[in-house]
Amino acid sequence: MLKVINTGLDIGSKTLLRDINFMIPPGELVAICGPNGAGKSSLIRLLSGELKPSQGEVHWGDKRLSEWNLLKLARQRALMQQQAEVGFAYTALEIILLGRHPHHQGANRPQDYQIAMAAMQEVDAAHLAEQVYTTLSGGEQARVQMARVLAQIWEPGEGPRLLLLDEPTAALDPRQQHRILEIARKWADKGDVAVVAIVHDLNLAAQYADRIALLRDGRLQAIDRVEAIMTPAMVEACFDLPCILLNHPDGGTPMIAARRHHSQWRKQDEHAQDR
Amino acid sequence: MSGAASSLRMALPASRSLQLRSRVLIGLGVTLFILVVLAAGIGAVSIAPLDVVKLLTSPPGSAAWQSIPQEHMQQAMVLWNIRLPRLALGILTGAALAVSGAAMQALLRNPLAEPGLVGVSGGAALFAALAIVLGGVWMAALHDVIGEFALPIFAFIGSLIATILIFVISTRQGRTSIALMLLAGIAISSLCGALIGLMTFIASDLQMRSLNFWSLGSLGAATWPMVAMVACLSGSSVLILLKQSSALNTLALGEVQASLLGVSVRRLNQVCIGAIALAVGAVVSVTGIIGFIGLVAPHLVRLAIGPDQRLVMPASALVGAILVLLSDLLARTIAVPTEVPVGIITALLGVPFFLALLFRMRRKIGV
Repeated sequence: MLKVINTGLDIGSKTLLRDINFMIPPGELVAICGPNGAGKSSLIRLLSGELKPSQGEVHWGDKRLSEWNLLKLARQRALMQQQAEVGFAYTALEIILLGRHPHHQGANRPQDYQIAMAAMQEVDAAHLAEQVYTTLSGGEQARVQMARVLAQIWEPGEGPRLLLLDEPTAALDPRQQHRILEIARKWADKGDVAVVAIVHDLNLAAQYADRIALLRDGRLQAIDRVEAIMTPAMVEACFDLPCILLNHPDGGTPMIAARRHHSQWRKQDEHAQDR
Repeated sequence: MSGAASSLRMALPASRSLQLRSRVLIGLGVTLFILVVLAAGIGAVSIAPLDVVKLLTSPPGSAAWQSIPQEHMQQAMVLWNIRLPRLALGILTGAALAVSGAAMQALLRNPLAEPGLVGVSGGAALFAALAIVLGGVWMAALHDVIGEFALPIFAFIGSLIATILIFVISTRQGRTSIALMLLAGIAISSLCGALIGLMTFIASDLQMRSLNFWSLGSLGAATWPMVAMVACLSGSSVLILLKQSSALNTLALGEVQASLLGVSVRRLNQVCIGAIALAVGAVVSVTGIIGFIGLVAPHLVRLAIGPDQRLVMPASALVGAILVLLSDLLARTIAVPTEVPVGIITALLGVPFFLALLFRMRRKIGV
């Protein structure tokens, strides 16, 4: 269970996050949405343990993240980040094998290669194995990074696992976006994996997530089931975007569409207030 | 994972890279041995390769040494007292500089980091020079207590200061600027060079001769006690660095991901900086500045077999040793009866290489 208790984050004199409270049990996929600069990335960096909260606590399992042994935590928690620069000409397979470091800390064992290859197949990237990572397209690099974090926490058994995805779909075409979130969904459905993903596209989030967390100005506006979040009122409050609610023709997932000419609509609104 | 057939296919890259690993290391090891045998035979007293192998199996003091025929005695003396310590020092020097270079490159995430280029060797040479010229009776007393280890201690302090300076100047928030690193290296190297030059004015004639070779580099002064000292200090540092190779690999993903993969980045930095300073300091205290080995050796290895540090570092050690032995062989044979300082040869070899690298990286450096 991931527990975030009264957590805040200050960097310098700037407050990035305030009074965040939520819990995520294994088996759940939670999407974090919110406008740019809302603190989504800061939140996921707190959840990964990279940043320590200025106030409050982040717990994973029975203790605070900061109390975990680095290696033990590394076998249960993985973070895929937006930009990943690699200094040398590693092949995609070698990059994915880096995810196995916490399991051997030395030479790769045969099972590490098998897991790396299986992780590549999971993200449809097996054909990239021998290619040099830096020569891949942005979308291919994102898939390789996804395979790397999956390889890092591939085996169950050491306790529940935590998969953190910081805008995993940012560089991907629509088909690949769905593929990555399908994988995230599949991993959550394993039952012992809690998945937290920052997703910009609300409709994409609504199709795959169990719950959506709305973040704005460093505060958690709401965290609730998809149907409760996907309302014109909620979305407008978070994004300042007037919109209407639709239902997906297949299966009825709620969808949000922006109103046409909403900027004019807003101007009229301001005129009304002026008067 | 789906089925036995695909898991068989998956196993392929594993066996391939394991094979590659052992093949590369064995090939380089054999090359190094052949080079040692040939180089040991070349010089004013020439020894046939087969005789070298025979004499290698009869070290001084052994029963076999007693049975060496009179006409081979001179060869045996030359081999064991002059050639072998020099070769051993060359191997240690090459291995220490190459592995230190590979480790620095991984730590700074940039293939241009090199102990000689960024002033680590310069710092070591400066502090060794200070100890020689200004040490006086203190240095003599220290030498009485710890013998060959006296000078390397100062060299270690010098290289440690230079290494820390490089890291502090060129990295910010876990990111390294190649341009800043090279500029800082120029500043540190120039300062060290100037101060070593200043020392030569104060120095006596005898001190002067040992100072001159700091700046050019030479294996000519090799003795067994020296070799033992370098083996002790540089050898253990190299082993420590090799042990970090898997952790150094994870740094390729950045410091954040490395720590999320369970690597204590702070500790890794400290251990590696200490080991690099000690490895380079001990070598420089007896050979002076031999440049570019730490740049050329790891780069050649990466070109051939990719950037996996677990393979790059041991292979670089062997390639570095081979490069130093070849350079030294050239240094002591092209201008017989005099010797060219080996540092000049490695610079002649390394500078075009460095320029080629710079040329390829122009965009990245921001020109």
